Amino acid sequence: MQDFIANFANLESLARIYPLLFQGLEVTVLLSLVTVPLAVALGLFVAVLYSFHLRFLNPLLILWVDALRAFPVLVLLVLVFYGLPFVGINLPQFAAAVLALALNSGGYYGEIFRAGIEAVPRGQTEAARSTGLSAWQAAFSVVLPQAVRYVLAPLAGNTLELIKTTSIATAVALPELLRSARVAQETTYNPTPLTAAALIYFLLLWPLTRLVARLERKMVASR
Amino acid sequence: MADAPFLLEIDGLHKSFGDLEVLKGVSLRVRPREVIIVIGPSGSGKSTLLRCINRLEEPTRGVIRVDGVELSARGVDLNRARKDIGMVFQAFNLYPHLTALGNVALALRKVLRMSRQEAEARGRRMLERVGLADKASAYPGELSGGQQQRVAIARALALEPKLMLFDEPTSALDPELVGGVLRVMRDLRDEGMTMVVVTHEMSFARDGGDRVLFMDGGEVVEEGPPSTIFRNPAHQRTREFLQRVLHA
Amino acid sequence: MGRLAETFFNAEVIATYLPALLSGFRVTLELAAAVVTLGILLGLALAMLRAFRFRLLNGLIVAFVDVFRTLPQLVVMVFAYFGLPYAGITISAFAAAVLGLALVLAAFAEEAFWAAITAIPRGQWEAARSTGLSFGQALASVVMPQAVRIAIPLLTNRTIAITKGTALASVISVPEILDKAQSAMSISANASPLIVGAGLYLAIFGPFVVVSRWLERRYGWII
Repeated sequence: MQDFIANFANLESLARIYPLLFQGLEVTVLLSLVTVPLAVALGLFVAVLYSFHLRFLNPLLILWVDALRAFPVLVLLVLVFYGLPFVGINLPQFAAAVLALALNSGGYYGEIFRAGIEAVPRGQTEAARSTGLSAWQAAFSVVLPQAVRYVLAPLAGNTLELIKTTSIATAVALPELLRSARVAQETTYNPTPLTAAALIYFLLLWPLTRLVARLERKMVASR
Repeated sequence: MADAPFLLEIDGLHKSFGDLEVLKGVSLRVRPREVIIVIGPSGSGKSTLLRCINRLEEPTRGVIRVDGVELSARGVDLNRARKDIGMVFQAFNLYPHLTALGNVALALRKVLRMSRQEAEARGRRMLERVGLADKASAYPGELSGGQQQRVAIARALALEPKLMLFDEPTSALDPELVGGVLRVMRDLRDEGMTMVVVTHEMSFARDGGDRVLFMDGGEVVEEGPPSTIFRNPAHQRTREFLQRVLHA
Repeated sequence: MGRLAETFFNAEVIATYLPALLSGFRVTLELAAAVVTLGILLGLALAMLRAFRFRLLNGLIVAFVDVFRTLPQLVVMVFAYFGLPYAGITISAFAAAVLGLALVLAAFAEEAFWAAITAIPRGQWEAARSTGLSFGQALASVVMPQAVRIAIPLLTNRTIAITKGTALASVISVPEILDKAQSAMSISANASPLIVGAGLYLAIFGPFVVVSRWLERRYGWII
């Protein structure tokens, strides 16, 4: 037991490396704050377009969304960061991470918004259009507010997932929380930094997990 | 019949939900082949009384004995005891993922450990008894309310219980479907089943049973043969209730 | 245009590294199969155990679920691989990857199954118990068949997302597709292996996505 604590909860090591961890936390938070709005916007855009039911466009949209959902996001990241330089586009790590995460997550948000929009009765759009609102206006003022209420649970869940996924930026050496912990581990020679990072992730994300769980329970109950 | 030992004995039954006392000391003795009808206003504790008999609700105090077995005792094998007590619910509670035959046969296979063929054979006989032999492969969603309730009755009968409990069996049915279910219940009575029925159907209460219990506020206010209760109730409360219900 | 083809679709490079990529493909499949099976079975078992309502066990299950729903998959994987040795448990990279992902999937699966179980009306329990079925029999024959059907739509998206985490195993050097593609890419200084790798992922997860769309459509209307 003594050994266990000395390895996994070594206070001396912790004291040495915690500044590094907090820098990593900063990057993680910044990455999340930038990516979430972008991904949501992308998803909304695709979903609203889909709701116009333009014959030629919808199959393409479905293909686009499914392609984004079919790739592991890490693959997208590697493609963007290591692949694009081959055509002369050199993105810094942060931008590459944002692009990959936003594209991938945008696919999921698109599906969620689409399901929400389809749950809103057609009559709502018809009523709105019959009073002279344009297609975009009807979508944003009438359909979307109702759609969002239906899909609050998956929306929150997907946002939580997105924030957790920022940790993959480790793979391209972006100094976010997990990477900082791994780097710190190389100076402490014990896994205390990992324990600390896990703890920080947990404390940061747990309130959101509870919220998602509560929303999900409500959603099943109402069906 | 007067000398037969009692099939159901309830002594001093109390039930509280938290601070709310719903049953305030109910006692009842039912002989084999007797049909007891329980009437009373909502909240009088009639359903709770029924649900305590097979311990779907746990009594707070009191003794319940079915065919000599004290159900309220601690070590009793509840699952075995429940084979002898059939229950029919207001909401039918049929299993939506099984056919009518599947619903009836499930307990036969799991509790009585019958083979598939035996269980299905008995299941079909039961469905025939309630007049639904042709609906054996139908799912609950495809049946009318009255048909679903009759399947529920078949499901309860399948285990050949000694006692049948009916918790407002027709309250959730459209009026024109009530008759079919009541007919099955009358047939059961004629075949000699011991029944305790909680109901709002006054026509059934008047001629369906041997004894009527009027409950109000967690107590049995009055009990007696239907003719007495309906024509010459001894208590004011009984009179008031009957007036409300029969002339509404 | 020719340069693009040479950089991203170089037939010679692809031919050289195809065997390596295909072995990576097999490893990815093995990872995915192990994760889905273990994760869903464990989640189902935990949810059924939870139905018995033993206080202490429930507390443990809820704690488990909260922890593994909150921590990022990569963090769990990295912790398992780099941390467990310090606790005396040596674990292969493959096992660490399976462990990390299966535990996370189990947590989500438990929540989905539990939500479904609690959505089954009390009357179903009562009817089953009133015919003499034991608690376990009622759970297995009456409640679970209905609950599983309800849980499927909740599960599909989650399962796909977590199974795609198999790509993360490349970070701890499991020889799956991305790992092979990246090393091929750096040795050959050509991006073609990455494109082939992406195509292989599409081959695996494309069908996943199609099946999940079908499942959602089929079982989404059960209630």
